[in-house]
Amino acid sequence: MGKSFSYLIEILTKYFLGFWAVFTGLLFPFVVFLILLYESKLAIQNFGLINFLMSTKWDPVRESFGALPMIVGTLISTFIAILLAAPISIGIAIFITELAPSWLKGIFTTAIELLAAIPSIIYGMWGFLVFAKYMREDIEPALQKIFSPFPILSQLFSGNPTGIDVLTTSVVLSIMIIPFMSSVVKDAFNLVPSVMKESAYGLGATKWEVVKDVVIPYTASGIAGGLILSTGRALGETMAVTFLAGNVPQIPKSLLEPFTTITVALANQFTEADTPLYLSSLFYLSLFLFVISFGVLILAKLMILRIEKRWKK
Amino acid sequence: MKKKWFKKVIALFLGIGFFTTSGAKAAEITGAGATFPQPVFQAWAHEYHKATGVKVNYQGIGSGGGIKQAQSKTVDFGASDKPLTSQELKQYNLAQFPAIIGAVALTYNLPGFKNISLNLDEKAVCGIYLGKITRWNDPYLQKLNPGVKLPDVPITVVRRSDGSGTTWLFTTYLSKACPEWKEKVGAGTSVDWPVGIGAKGNPGVTNYVKQNTGSIGYVEYTYAKENLLPVARLLNRDKNYYLLPSIETIQAAASNAKWSMEKDFYEDLTYQPGKMSYPIVGVSFVLLVKDSPRANEVTKFFKWAFENGDPIAQKLYYIPLPKNLKTMIYKYWQKHKVN
Repeated sequence: MGKSFSYLIEILTKYFLGFWAVFTGLLFPFVVFLILLYESKLAIQNFGLINFLMSTKWDPVRESFGALPMIVGTLISTFIAILLAAPISIGIAIFITELAPSWLKGIFTTAIELLAAIPSIIYGMWGFLVFAKYMREDIEPALQKIFSPFPILSQLFSGNPTGIDVLTTSVVLSIMIIPFMSSVVKDAFNLVPSVMKESAYGLGATKWEVVKDVVIPYTASGIAGGLILSTGRALGETMAVTFLAGNVPQIPKSLLEPFTTITVALANQFTEADTPLYLSSLFYLSLFLFVISFGVLILAKLMILRIEKRWKK
Repeated sequence: MKKKWFKKVIALFLGIGFFTTSGAKAAEITGAGATFPQPVFQAWAHEYHKATGVKVNYQGIGSGGGIKQAQSKTVDFGASDKPLTSQELKQYNLAQFPAIIGAVALTYNLPGFKNISLNLDEKAVCGIYLGKITRWNDPYLQKLNPGVKLPDVPITVVRRSDGSGTTWLFTTYLSKACPEWKEKVGAGTSVDWPVGIGAKGNPGVTNYVKQNTGSIGYVEYTYAKENLLPVARLLNRDKNYYLLPSIETIQAAASNAKWSMEKDFYEDLTYQPGKMSYPIVGVSFVLLVKDSPRANEVTKFFKWAFENGDPIAQKLYYIPLPKNLKTMIYKYWQKHKVN
């Protein structure tokens, strides 16, 4: 009896877990996609794909909607945040795994993981009430001064510094994703077999050479994994961004201009969207976010595969 | 050992089941909608529960959501800052009546003007929000304020980023008072703003204005009052007085409106005539689901609130309905047989 019972458990576990895997992994995203598609039917009929994608107008009164400013805003702020966070996170991971004395490791690891536990609204409020002021009064004017002699860079920092803009948003976003990125990268670094590192040291390599030629190449896919995880988080971040973006649906011409992102537009306007076409356009917008997030993740996965292949050779 | 654990889980589930079924028995009214009246509805609900034992749950999910939930009859009443037309009400078998009055104040941050109320007329507000008046010492603004010297500071326009009834009131006022605004922008819970930065909620607008010299923003009157913000005097529609928002000037606008039961109180209070009528005044409407088995309970609650709730509302800086309007609402309920 005992044997058949445990066999039954075995079978049940298999199908039960299998069901959950299929449900959450395949069915659930697919159903969400279908629902979004269904809800945005009205907007699709009205604007089509190209018109909605290319229009820069977002006018709820005249019911003329276009997604381009939100899409561009989402991609720009995420890109800059990753650009700022990646070197810092990798640096933190290198310091913790390779350089720090062992008594410091634990303290640093905990401190950085605590950063990840702060709710995003706190980051938003801190950014809005404290950080934006320093950006407006000190950092942004200084950046303008530094970059004013260079033709393209000066355009990037042109305009009246308000502290509520692309740059501030991206900096705060990067602070928010650093803990995720660095802890994933750190775990990857810890997996490097010490035999490899020791043999490199044995051949006379310096610390920097070990990191550059052994640790980073060996963990390339781990680093990419950290990047993906944090890209996903930056793409979807809403609360902090809505405090800092200025919420203007325009394509920013400089880093010091206000902008908006898809999630922010959704969060701000969903509750009061009072006509069917308005609501449907918001669903259409979230459909785009869904596609973008999926696209970015697939692209990143392909990148990892390529990197892994190169290092296997 | 394993079996014990299993039993515990089952017991837990059964326990949860008992709790939920026993909780649903008590008399309970649910409502959802505009965030503007939420604090006063909740304060009324609290007192009403103490007085009668009937529980009123109100969720501030936004006017749009309130309208939708009332239409689909998932709540007993909805609340909206924007009235529905009689035709829409008939279609979904709803009744509509005003519940509480509020207003929108313009606040600003100018060095040396913390305790001075600037005079602004329609042209000035419209020009600032259209981006045509860009500096505080603009000759037109200076002309409206002969007693003071306005500084040479650029104007930063601040507005709400989230869709809100406050924005709807403000843009409705501008659309009525300024033809150019009506043509270029129009009125809505969120609009395509020509200039300015969007901040989230009344606190967001207030904080941005507080931090940035030269900025101007619009907030709910209750909010300006609680935070002691500098507030502009606005020219009335009759164009003879500059008025601060106050209980008198806001109630004057509500009294001068042409309320009618036939139109289900469809009316907005912005830009009303009368020498004491503050121009940006609004009303939160209750959308009563007539099919709800608790429709009578809802009107009972509001009747109690109209009769006993004025001091509570005023403590929260809301403006109660004028008396003649309340009597009209009671008649309206009788007409709809929900009293």
